[in-house]
Amino acid sequence: MTRWLALAALSALCSTALAIDSGAAFPDAERQARYDHLTSQLRCLVCQNQSIADSNAGLAADLRREVQEMIAAGKSDTEIKSFLTARYGDFVLYDPPLTARTVLLWAAPALLVLITVGAATRVILRRSRTPFGPDPDEPG
Amino acid sequence: MWRHFAPAAAFLALGGLFAFALMRIGQGRLDVHEIRSPLLGRPAPTFVLPSVTDPSRLVDTKALAGRMYVVNVWGTWCGGCREEHSALMAIAHSTTVPIIGIDWKDDGQQARLYLAQLGNPYQQVAADRDGRVAIDWGVYGAPETFLVSSSGVVLEKQVGPLSEALWAEKFGRYLQGEGGS
Repeated sequence: MTRWLALAALSALCSTALAIDSGAAFPDAERQARYDHLTSQLRCLVCQNQSIADSNAGLAADLRREVQEMIAAGKSDTEIKSFLTARYGDFVLYDPPLTARTVLLWAAPALLVLITVGAATRVILRRSRTPFGPDPDEPG
Repeated sequence: MWRHFAPAAAFLALGGLFAFALMRIGQGRLDVHEIRSPLLGRPAPTFVLPSVTDPSRLVDTKALAGRMYVVNVWGTWCGGCREEHSALMAIAHSTTVPIIGIDWKDDGQQARLYLAQLGNPYQQVAADRDGRVAIDWGVYGAPETFLVSSSGVVLEKQVGPLSEALWAEKFGRYLQGEGGS
C-alpha cells in the first residue's frame, strides 16, 4: 500500500515537470490555439526530435518568443512559417511542403511498398511455376 | 555463382560505408545533425548591436559593405567555442579578412574576461543578448562560422568547432587574393 502511495506521489511530481511553458501566451483561446499548434509543428533545431513546444533549450524558448510576437503582430501562420524556413530551411517544419527537393521524401513510402510488392510477386510467381520440383533458389 | 558472394559483398560495401562515415564524424568533417543553411548564396542578414568590448559603441554590418568578412557565433558557455579558440586566433593572424564575433546569449562581463584571458581574434564583437540576430542568421548550435563575400552574399558556413585544417579546406578557396592562407 505504501509502495502504491509513493508511486502515486512520484507520478504527481513528474506531471509538473512536463510543462515547459509556464502560463498561457495569449489571453484569448483562438490565438493560444494557433500558438500551441504552431509551436508543436516547429522542430527544435538543438534537440532535433522535439518540437519547440516540448523543448526547454534556450533556442526553443527564443523561437517560441518569436512565434508569440509574430502572432501578436497579426502575422498569418504561413508568414510565420516562411520567416522560419527562410532562416532554418524546411527542416524546421515537422510537415515539410511537397517541392522538387522533398519529392523523394514524400514518395519514399509508396516506392518502398512498390519495390516490396514487385519483389514478392516475382518470387511467388517463380515458385508457383514449379510446384513439385526442387526450389530454383536452392543450389544443386 | 555470383549469388553466393552477393550477401558478403553487400555486407562489405555497407560496412565500408559505415566505417567511412564514422571516420568523417571522428575528424569533424561530417555532422549528421547539420542542417544545410538556406542562407548560402543569399544576402547576409544585417545587424546593429552593441559592442562587447566597448558597450558605448555599436557594431554595424553596414560599415563592412564592400569587403569580405567572417562572422563567428560564440558564447562563453559554449564548450566547442573554447575548443576552436586557438584556431580562430591563428586564423585571425594569418588572414586580412576581418572576423566579426557575435556573442550569443551571453553576459558581457564574462565575455570580456574570456577574451582577456584567451586572446581576442575579433576585429569587432557584437553582443546578441536576446538571440534575435542569431535567429536571423539561422544559428542553432554555437560555434558557427560564416564567410560573407564583398558583395554581401553568404558563401560558406561551418557548424561546430573550426580547426586550421577545416578552415583551409572549406573557406580557403574563397580567400585567393585576400591575404588568406
